[in-house]
Amino acid sequence: MGLLSKKDSKLILDPLTDNNPITIQVLGICSALAITAQLKASIVMALSVMAVLAVGNVVISLMRNIIPSKIRIITQLVVVAALVIIVDQILKAFSYELSKTLSVFVGLIITNCIIMGRFEAFALANGPWKSFLDGIGNAAGYGLILVIVGFFRELLGSGTLLGFKVLGDPIEKTGLYALGYENNGFMLLSPMALIVLGIIIWIQRSRNKALIED
Amino acid sequence: MSLKSNLHNLKEKYKGTKMAPAFNALHTFLYTPNDTTHNGTHIKAADDLKRTMNTVIMAMLPCLIFGMFNAGYQHNLAVGDIQAVTSGFFSSEFWTLDNFMIGFWKIIPLVIVSYGVGLGVEFLFAIIKKHEVEEGYLVTGMLVPLIVPIDIPLWMLAIAVIFGVVIGKEVFGGTGMNILNPALTIRAFLFFAYPTWMSGDKVWVEGAVQRTKDIAAGANLDAISGETILGSLAQGKDMAYSVSDMFFGFIPGSIGETSTLLIILGGLFLIFTKIGSWRIMLSSVLGAITMGLIFNQVVSAGIITESSKFYTLMSTPFWQHLIIGGFAFGVVFMATDPVTASQTNIGKWYYGFFIGFISILIRVFNPAYPEGVMLAILLMNVFAPTIDHYVIQGNIKQRLKRLKVKTA
Repeated sequence: MGLLSKKDSKLILDPLTDNNPITIQVLGICSALAITAQLKASIVMALSVMAVLAVGNVVISLMRNIIPSKIRIITQLVVVAALVIIVDQILKAFSYELSKTLSVFVGLIITNCIIMGRFEAFALANGPWKSFLDGIGNAAGYGLILVIVGFFRELLGSGTLLGFKVLGDPIEKTGLYALGYENNGFMLLSPMALIVLGIIIWIQRSRNKALIED
Repeated sequence: MSLKSNLHNLKEKYKGTKMAPAFNALHTFLYTPNDTTHNGTHIKAADDLKRTMNTVIMAMLPCLIFGMFNAGYQHNLAVGDIQAVTSGFFSSEFWTLDNFMIGFWKIIPLVIVSYGVGLGVEFLFAIIKKHEVEEGYLVTGMLVPLIVPIDIPLWMLAIAVIFGVVIGKEVFGGTGMNILNPALTIRAFLFFAYPTWMSGDKVWVEGAVQRTKDIAAGANLDAISGETILGSLAQGKDMAYSVSDMFFGFIPGSIGETSTLLIILGGLFLIFTKIGSWRIMLSSVLGAITMGLIFNQVVSAGIITESSKFYTLMSTPFWQHLIIGGFAFGVVFMATDPVTASQTNIGKWYYGFFIGFISILIRVFNPAYPEGVMLAILLMNVFAPTIDHYVIQGNIKQRLKRLKVKTA
């Protein structure tokens, strides 16, 4: 990345791999389990979190010297809540169906541990530009896992990707379904998201032994 | 050169390489290794892991063979080629070669897929992890075909076996380390992933699914179907089978679970050879009877009337719960799995009791999951270590108290 210094690009790239908020820090699991049954929902969720986290990080970073440390949590909550409501309203206005699928989980971005975690751990101690990059990076790391889980769950659970019937039509019996293939209903249930997530963590740690903690 | 020396040579050739565990396993499975000790004092025990597993498989074989006859019998009965059995367990309508062959050709592929895929995964993991191949799959591989419906597609079984062995067992560290019973993990996976193939009135009779498809395509055939007893009870229908049919096993159901008589024989064999725990079997039956009696009392006290959707299952006499569905099979062959059950003797009583108790509870209150025993055993598998913990702590406390009294 020519635009960014080495340190800055590390801020974005680290959370994608070896410091991933979901698979390494194990934060933000609830939404990863709940809304990943469809790829589209996963992508929208990832983008929403990215918007909230990047903007929130910048706001907190700008205010970091004037927030009294005793009431910093409530200040952070106000910032997230405001941003989440904006995102929620935009979703409702432009994509009502999708916002119904995501239901309370857009609202629950407020309590997403990744966001509070980044505010506390990064934005309170760094400048706005770095905080912005950190927000983008962590949200991208979160989104990456969501998209991977969503990809497998939608493909194997519904036989579609972003709504396109990539494996054929289960009712008309075309494509794979003509051979007797059937969708895996278990993939649509939340426990399977946990198992897919577990497998991702398993693969990641067996490829990089340094990540295994005792 | 014989197969034995061939295998031995291969083993020597690949010693220390990646493939070594695979050849070792094949060699020791088929033959005694060349390098056994011949003299000196050794501790001798006849029941190593392989022998334990083989004993369980022997106990299950009657159920497997009965399952083959029953598959053909249910098919021919549904088609209308033969009459229902009339003269007890040895009825001539049942034990015919025709019945057997229908079941044989349907069930042998299930056994082959179960063993082939399962052992394949075990070999793969042994090679990756560089340890010896463990025998843990021998019993699971035989259990799996016995607890699935006859018409389950083979590819579904293969996927479920991969899932069950990897997620149910290998991630915990392989044989002996698993928390959940692998065979039941496989069945639970099938149940939640492909519910239409694990319940309803089509999958339990050989050929019913295909026939429904043919009729939809315009073939001139009579549709055949067969609902399990639990399935029809859950829908509030009456029981269509006599008690002797249920006890002997002339009923639709998963392949090996129907004959309570043969399961009891297998159970006695396991108890006699000291492989299966009689405590778990007995306490499970007690648990089921307790829950069944409670439900019967609730009905006779008039709290639940015929208008309730639970009425049919609740008013089923408590002892009938023991001979319908997979209860007997689960309790004898799966609750007693020494790895996933409680280890302490007192713990076994609690563990078994709750399996029986919860099985009947799930059966009655959740018509969507008629086979409560699968979920009950999986649930108690999770709690088995907790039960053991409290039993051991209780024992320690008691002994400390005794010590205090003495020293005081």
